[in-house]
Amino acid sequence: MEQGGSQANSGFPSSFVNFLNFLGKNSLKIIGELGAVAIFFFYGFLFIFSLPFQFKKIVQQIYFIGVKSFLIISLIGLFTGMVLGLQGYYTLVKFGSEGMLGAAVALSLIRELGPVLTALMIIGRAGSSIAAEIGIMRISEQIDALDTMDINPMRYLVSPRIAASIIVFPMLTALFDVIGIIGGYLTGVVLLGVNSGIFFNRIYDSVVSKDVTGGFLKSLAFALIVSTICCYQGYFTHMRPGGFGAKGVSLATTSAVVISCVLVLVLDYVLTSFLL
Amino acid sequence: MAEPFIEFKKVSKSFGKLQVLDQVDLKIYEGEITAIIGKSGVGKSVLLKHIIGLLKPDSGKILIKGKPLDEFSKTELREFKRSLSYMFQQNALFDSLTVFENIALPLVERTNLTPTEIKKRVDFRIEQFELGEVADRYPSQISGGMQKRVALARALVTEPTMILFDEPTTGLDPLRKNAVLNMIAHYQSEIGFTGVMVSHDIPDVFFISNRVAIIENKKIPFQGTPLELEQSDNEVVWQFIHGQEVLQDQLTGLQPKKEVNALILEELSRVSQEKGRFTLILFTIDSLTQIKNQVGYIAAQRIFQCLAMGINMKLAGKGKAARYGLEDILVVLPGGSYSEAEGLINALLTDCSKHDVMNPEKYKKVCIDFSVKAGILEVREKTDLESIIESARKAQKIIAKMECHRG
Repeated sequence: MEQGGSQANSGFPSSFVNFLNFLGKNSLKIIGELGAVAIFFFYGFLFIFSLPFQFKKIVQQIYFIGVKSFLIISLIGLFTGMVLGLQGYYTLVKFGSEGMLGAAVALSLIRELGPVLTALMIIGRAGSSIAAEIGIMRISEQIDALDTMDINPMRYLVSPRIAASIIVFPMLTALFDVIGIIGGYLTGVVLLGVNSGIFFNRIYDSVVSKDVTGGFLKSLAFALIVSTICCYQGYFTHMRPGGFGAKGVSLATTSAVVISCVLVLVLDYVLTSFLL
Repeated sequence: MAEPFIEFKKVSKSFGKLQVLDQVDLKIYEGEITAIIGKSGVGKSVLLKHIIGLLKPDSGKILIKGKPLDEFSKTELREFKRSLSYMFQQNALFDSLTVFENIALPLVERTNLTPTEIKKRVDFRIEQFELGEVADRYPSQISGGMQKRVALARALVTEPTMILFDEPTTGLDPLRKNAVLNMIAHYQSEIGFTGVMVSHDIPDVFFISNRVAIIENKKIPFQGTPLELEQSDNEVVWQFIHGQEVLQDQLTGLQPKKEVNALILEELSRVSQEKGRFTLILFTIDSLTQIKNQVGYIAAQRIFQCLAMGINMKLAGKGKAARYGLEDILVVLPGGSYSEAEGLINALLTDCSKHDVMNPEKYKKVCIDFSVKAGILEVREKTDLESIIESARKAQKIIAKMECHRG
């Protein structure tokens, strides 16, 4: 009705008005959603510190998100480092500066690839299952059951996961970096014959503490984003239009992974531009 | 009567375009079990979820001891929530926790009890509900009936002052069902909690309820004690308390009483205008209630079914038949004569005498004599409904008998 009215009054072609309508509606929806996520994060984060401290649950989540990702992160780190060593060597050797290989591998891992790839791997391994687990709890009324027992579901389900992510992401990133550098060493030094001493000396010379803190800050930001998005998507599975029951959970899991991945990459660019 | 513990005042609730509750009024009294009955999908669970605040009404008020629920402070709301337990229809057990952990959860999360004390309390419930063997298993590893018992144990473990049961006995075998209802009744009298129970188990649920509310078509057409329920003339109420008879009427093709009454009234007005006639037959099976109580429910149903199906077959669309009480069937033949009615009865007799319910050999353990009576009334002038039925009853004669072998 309103649409028809504005069309008649404004004199703009209806397709343009429809476009504006579409734009406005979706912008409002996105802003609303962003606000909801922010509030969700605020409470989830706040309840980490509420007493009695949920030590056991946080440890369980550290085990699930962290320890169980140990192997996959090591594997990916190793091969990423190896391929960096390989590619780096063939590029650097053209300029006769293959001695810089150590620095190239270490810097790209610590500043960029470590935090980003670790975050992406955790999203795939733990983020999806967080969304699915909370989503199933929602559709099988387990979250309602917590509510009726006067157990705060945000505190019980979301806070331990956010806390565990804050602890685990930087640690796994550090692991990724170290194993990646070892991978670079394997291809560069062991396979292609770069001098071992020069390899490590260049790393020692070029990596400064700012690089490490930068990587650390990134992984911390990714931890907050990923845990919040995955929990949020699962927690509000039932509010999702067009998906009920198992379908709703599958949609929630997909959105959790897609949105987290996109946000990690966007945030990575934003943070890098500030940190440089 | 005392002030209700919980009172719904003109509560309405819609989900999108679908209205579930329309200006519902409901009273729940302290220390009583209130049963809410109704067909599936009429909003019974929605009603329960309003009490605990999982859903909020679109309009209307929910009063807890006279105070509107939406005016509760955070602390008051918390206290209220802590005083009650909710047993979900789908159990809502935590599937990543074991049976023991599920029952212990409310104690672990919101009390300061020591682990030993918690274990003691949980073990007590586990033993009580015969769950000892499955205490270490996960909910998905145990049967549906067991899950129900775990949910019940979890609801009782905090010793709440009020429990909301959402279909506590659905999916249980008859023995376990009785055990669960028995347990609820037993604890209710022992602890004295207020219970609100949504159920399909009619009439079992009436035995343990102090009050019953029927929800039908977005409203509550009846609420009162089970005795008042039984005495009620309300058509919806009758359908609920005689659920099995209603099913049987549908199976045998009998019409609702309302429809046959309407036909009689229609015929009466036609007769007074056109000077025509119509005939009705009132069949009664003597001692059917006695057979139901002493021989068995199935025997009574089979006898009734035999008669009803026979009548329907012989009628072949020429008239309408309805159950007119627990033992009576009323047949209306629009425009029919006395002799037509007699013909129908005779045809019926030839058929029914062959049926096994008329054979005394089949009642080996308990046998009770019974007879079928029929009264024919040809109506040619306008009178009222009650006197027609009364006259037909007076005209009843025995048309068939089943006599047990003695000695």
